[in-house]
Amino acid sequence: MTFINYAAREINCKIVYYGPGLCGKTTNIQWIHERARKEAKGKLISLATETDRTLFFDFMPIELGTIRGFRTRFHLYTVPGQVFYDASRRLILKGVDGVVFVADSQELRHDANIESIQNLRENLAEHGYEIDTMPYILQLNKRDLPSALPVEQLERDLRFKDEPIIEAVATTGKGVFDTLKAVIKQVLIDLKSR
Amino acid sequence: MVLTEEDHTRFQAILDGLAEASNAKLVFLLDKNGQQIASCGQIDDLDLTSLASLASGTVAATQGMGQLIGEPSFSTLFHEGQEDNVHLNVVSDRMILLIIFDERSSVGLVRLRVQQQLDALAAVIDDVMAKTEKHDKIQQVPEQLGEITDEDIDTLFG
Repeated sequence: MTFINYAAREINCKIVYYGPGLCGKTTNIQWIHERARKEAKGKLISLATETDRTLFFDFMPIELGTIRGFRTRFHLYTVPGQVFYDASRRLILKGVDGVVFVADSQELRHDANIESIQNLRENLAEHGYEIDTMPYILQLNKRDLPSALPVEQLERDLRFKDEPIIEAVATTGKGVFDTLKAVIKQVLIDLKSR
Repeated sequence: MVLTEEDHTRFQAILDGLAEASNAKLVFLLDKNGQQIASCGQIDDLDLTSLASLASGTVAATQGMGQLIGEPSFSTLFHEGQEDNVHLNVVSDRMILLIIFDERSSVGLVRLRVQQQLDALAAVIDDVMAKTEKHDKIQQVPEQLGEITDEDIDTLFG
């Protein structure tokens, strides 16, 4: 739910990175945090296990500047990807304005991607959101791995509307900012059209 | 949600009074999605954005536990520290009132002062939410934002 603060002249939006375990959601956020301008970013909070798996969420705020006199601030969250953290994933989706689905391109994770998109659909519906109409980007991550499936196959199996598809290698930053830009653009256009 | 300057002032007045009456270091109002509404007091270098995100996560997780055990509402949470303590209240099921206090206050005093202000706070929250709902039906966004262009968005990314 976009928060428009007239007192502070701010628009605050929430973006959630979703996807199966170890697909690179946290790596996306870490890259953004490392490379964003110092004055634009806030602290990166990671609630992780001792083995660096996301336990609850990662969070970082980013401020992109002023648009029509309103400061635009985006809160970026990741969810824990492991299947058994479903209750936490559902909580984090509350109030979401846009979703990035980070798909793992590897053949072995193909079923996990499909299962995770279905899980996203169900969890959004629990909050009364409709995945087919909300801002949504499909990122195909790990494109550099030899076991990555062809883009055409991933598109056929994972794309369910006309969402933008962005190829990425989050460990090197390829496609990371393009993904962020794409989802922010959709969120702002969605806001404008309400 | 839409917060007008007038509503912000009303929240601020309640928070200012609460901070003084409870001897708190910080009184902070946020919504359950972690968005900051108003605050009174200051703690050196405290990152309110991160605090809001973590507080909303804590409340969400606790309420999630409540659902599992069949308890519909955990309205108050208290974290006791060595020096500072955190008191959290869910207000009107929409917002979270977070209070940080040290040995100059006590959990009893904080609870008492919060209880005394809950109704006033809830009344403003309900009013804001009713206005937001009405606003949603007419026009969700300020007029200026309806004029956002692709160029405006591209400019954000330099």
